[in-house]
Amino acid sequence: MKSTLKLALGLASTLFASTAVSNVAQAEDLTLCWAAWDPANALVELSKDFTKETGIGMKFEFVPWTNYADRFLNELNSHGKLCDLIIGDSQWIGGAAENGHYVKLNDFFDKEKISMDDFVPATVVGYSEWPKNSPNYWALPAMGDVVGWTYRKDWFSKPELQKEFKEKYGWDLGPPTTFDQLKQIAEFFQKRDIDGKTVYGASIYTERGSEGITMGAMDVLYSFGFQYENPKKPYEMEGFVNSDKSVKGLEFYKALYDCCTPPGASNSYMGEGVDAFKSGQVAMHMNFAFTWPGLQKDENVGGDKIGYFVNPKGSDGDQFAQLGGQGISVVSYSDKQEAALKYIKWFANKDVQSKWWSLGGYSCLNAVVKDPAFPASQPYAQTFLDSMAIVKDFWAEPSYAPLLQASQKRFHDYVVAGQGSAKDALDGLVKDWTEVFQDDGKM
Amino acid sequence: MLNRTADSVARATPEPLARKVRGISDKGLAWLFISPTILLLLAINIFPLFWAIYLSFTNFRANRPNEVVKNLGLANYKRILADQDIWIAMQTTAHFVFWTILLQTLIGFTLAWLIDRKFRGHAFWTTIILVPMMLSPAVVGNFWRFLYEPQIGLFAYAVSFVTGIPATEISMLSNVSLAPWSIIIVDTWMWTPYVMLICLAGLRSIPEYIYEAAEVDRASNWRQFWSITLPMALPFIMLAVLFRGIENFKMFDMVNLLTGGGPGSTTEVASITLKRQAFESWRTGYSSAFAIILFVAVFGLANIYVKALNKVKQR
Repeated sequence: MKSTLKLALGLASTLFASTAVSNVAQAEDLTLCWAAWDPANALVELSKDFTKETGIGMKFEFVPWTNYADRFLNELNSHGKLCDLIIGDSQWIGGAAENGHYVKLNDFFDKEKISMDDFVPATVVGYSEWPKNSPNYWALPAMGDVVGWTYRKDWFSKPELQKEFKEKYGWDLGPPTTFDQLKQIAEFFQKRDIDGKTVYGASIYTERGSEGITMGAMDVLYSFGFQYENPKKPYEMEGFVNSDKSVKGLEFYKALYDCCTPPGASNSYMGEGVDAFKSGQVAMHMNFAFTWPGLQKDENVGGDKIGYFVNPKGSDGDQFAQLGGQGISVVSYSDKQEAALKYIKWFANKDVQSKWWSLGGYSCLNAVVKDPAFPASQPYAQTFLDSMAIVKDFWAEPSYAPLLQASQKRFHDYVVAGQGSAKDALDGLVKDWTEVFQDDGKM
Repeated sequence: MLNRTADSVARATPEPLARKVRGISDKGLAWLFISPTILLLLAINIFPLFWAIYLSFTNFRANRPNEVVKNLGLANYKRILADQDIWIAMQTTAHFVFWTILLQTLIGFTLAWLIDRKFRGHAFWTTIILVPMMLSPAVVGNFWRFLYEPQIGLFAYAVSFVTGIPATEISMLSNVSLAPWSIIIVDTWMWTPYVMLICLAGLRSIPEYIYEAAEVDRASNWRQFWSITLPMALPFIMLAVLFRGIENFKMFDMVNLLTGGGPGSTTEVASITLKRQAFESWRTGYSSAFAIILFVAVFGLANIYVKALNKVKQR
C-alpha cells in the first residue's frame, strides 16, 4: 500500500514539475501581433532564430487585413495584454503615441546604439516618428512597403500586340512612365482576347470598407499635385486638397476605373488584386510591394511572365507613391516589455535584416537595401527601391480613422457610384476633414 | 425508492438550513430562481443601455481613454438630426425594410397557402423551402457574392440566358441601381420561409367547420379566401411583418458581406453607418446618440404596430 502511495506521489510530483516547467517557459513566450499575410509567415520562420538565441518562445496573433485595424485597435484601446509586440499600421502611430499604447523607444535605442540614421529615411518618418519629423521614436521600421505595379511581361512582348499598339498610339508598348500612358495601355488590353480568354486593362484599388480606395486614389492623386495641407500653415486644406490638380487626379482615377477594370471590380483591394492578376484577368495590377514575392513565384503568371514598374508620373511630371508598411512596437500594457525589447534589438541586427529580405520580408535597413548586390537580388528589388524613394503617406494623426472614413466615402461615392463630380468629392472631403480637426481642437 | 431518497436528503439537511428554506415563500422561491437571469439581463442589456444614454451626451471616444470627457448636452442629437448622410442612410434602410417585408409577406403567404393544400409530397417541399432559413447569414452572404459575380456567377449567367444581356455586364453588386435589389433578393430568399412558417401556423389554426359552413352557403373559393382565410390569418401575417421589420431595421450582416454599404453609399443602411461611426471613426458619444435615436424609432414603431395588432386580434 505504502509503495503504491509513494509511486502515486512520485508520478504526481513529476507531472506537477513538468507542468510547472512548461508554464515557466510559456510565461517567457512573447506574443507578436500582425496582419495575416505572406510576410507574417516569413517572420514566423525568421523568429525561430530569436528563440534559438535567447530561449524566448514566440507566439503569433495574425488577423486578416479586413479585420486587422478593428481587432488590434480594440485590443490597444482596451489596454489588453494579448500583444507584447505589435506591427501596427503606419497611420496608427499618432494615436498610439498620444494615447500611450506604445513604449517610447528613444532611451532604448540610445542604450543599444540603434540609430535611426541606419534606416531608410522615409520609413523612419512613416513608421517610427510622432510627431512627424521629430526625433521621437515609437517603433522600429520593420516592413517597408509601397504601392507599385506589376504587368504581364509575356503579353507586352507579343509581337502582334506590340505592332498593333505602336500603330494605334505611336509609341512602343512597355512599362508606362506616365499615367496617360498607363491608361492607354489599359484601354488597349480592355476586353481583348488573349490566348482564348477575355482580359482586362488593370486592377486598381476600389475597396469601400477599410482603406482600399483611399490608398489607390491617393497613389494617383499625389503625382497629379494633391497636397494634404498648406506646407506653410498646418491643417489649412482649402486649395490644396481640392486644388485643380487634385480634381484632375481624381477624375483620372475614375476614368481609369470606368474604362479599364474587370467587371464587378467595385470592391477590390490587395487580395482581389492578386486574384485578378494571378488568374490572368488583367494586364496591369496596382498593389503593395509585399505581394510581389508571391507573384514572382507563381507558376502561371510569375517568373519571366511578370514585370514591375514604379508608380508613373502625373500630368506635370511629379511622381510619388503611396507608402505602406509598418514598424514594430512594444505594447505599453505588456508585462514582458524587457523580453519584447530584446526582440527589437535582435530584429535590428544587420544579419537578421538580410535574412528577413531573403525570406520575403522588406527590410528597411540601409545596410541591406543599399548593398550593391541588392538590386539584382530579386527581379522586383530595384522597383521597390525606386518606389521607396518617392513615398507619401496618409494622415497619421490620432484622428486618422475618421479622416480615412471620410475619404473612403467621398472617393467611393464619386469613383465607383458616380455620384457628383470630382470637385464635389474633394470639396466635401475638405469639409469632413475640417470638422474632424475642429473636433480635435486643432483648428 | 424515490421517497427513501427524499427522506434521506431531508434527514441529511442541517436543521438551520432546512428551517431557512422552509421559511421562503413561493414568491421568494420564484425570485430566487429568476434572479440570475435578471442579474444577467441587467448586466448585459439594461446597464449598457443606460451607459449608452449617458455617453450620448458626451464627446467620449473609446480610442482615447486618456482624454477628458466633456458633457455636450444635446449637441450629438442635434448634429445627427441635421446630418444629411444619416438621413440618406435612414432612407436606404426604409427602402430596404419596405421591399423585403412586402416581398417576403406576399411570397411567404402564397407559399403557406399552397403548402396548406396538403398536396402529395407537401412535407418534403416544406423542408426544402425551409433550407435557406437554416443557413448562417455569413455563408449565405458569401455564396451569393459568388453567385452575383459577373464573370463566374450563376446568377449573371441565368439573367444573361433569359435576357440576352452579356453576363459580364450584369454587375449586381457594383451597379448603383442594382446593388440595393441584390440585397433585397438575398434577404427575401433567406427569410421568406420564416414568414411562410408563421403564416402556415395561422392558416392551420382556422377551424375547418367555418369553411364547411361557407360551403353550405355556397361561398366561392375567392369569397372564402377574402372573408375567412385572410382575416383569420391576418394577426399571424402582422406578427411575421413585425418580426421581420424589427430584424431588417437592424440588418447588418448581409449588407456588410455583400456590398459593405457600397457602391459609394448606395446600400449603406443605418446599422452600417452606426458601425462605422462607433468602431471605425471611434466617435463613441456621437454613435451612442445615433443608437439611442434608432432604438427609440424601432421601439416607438413597434409599439404602435403591436397596438394595431391587438386591435386586429380583438375583431
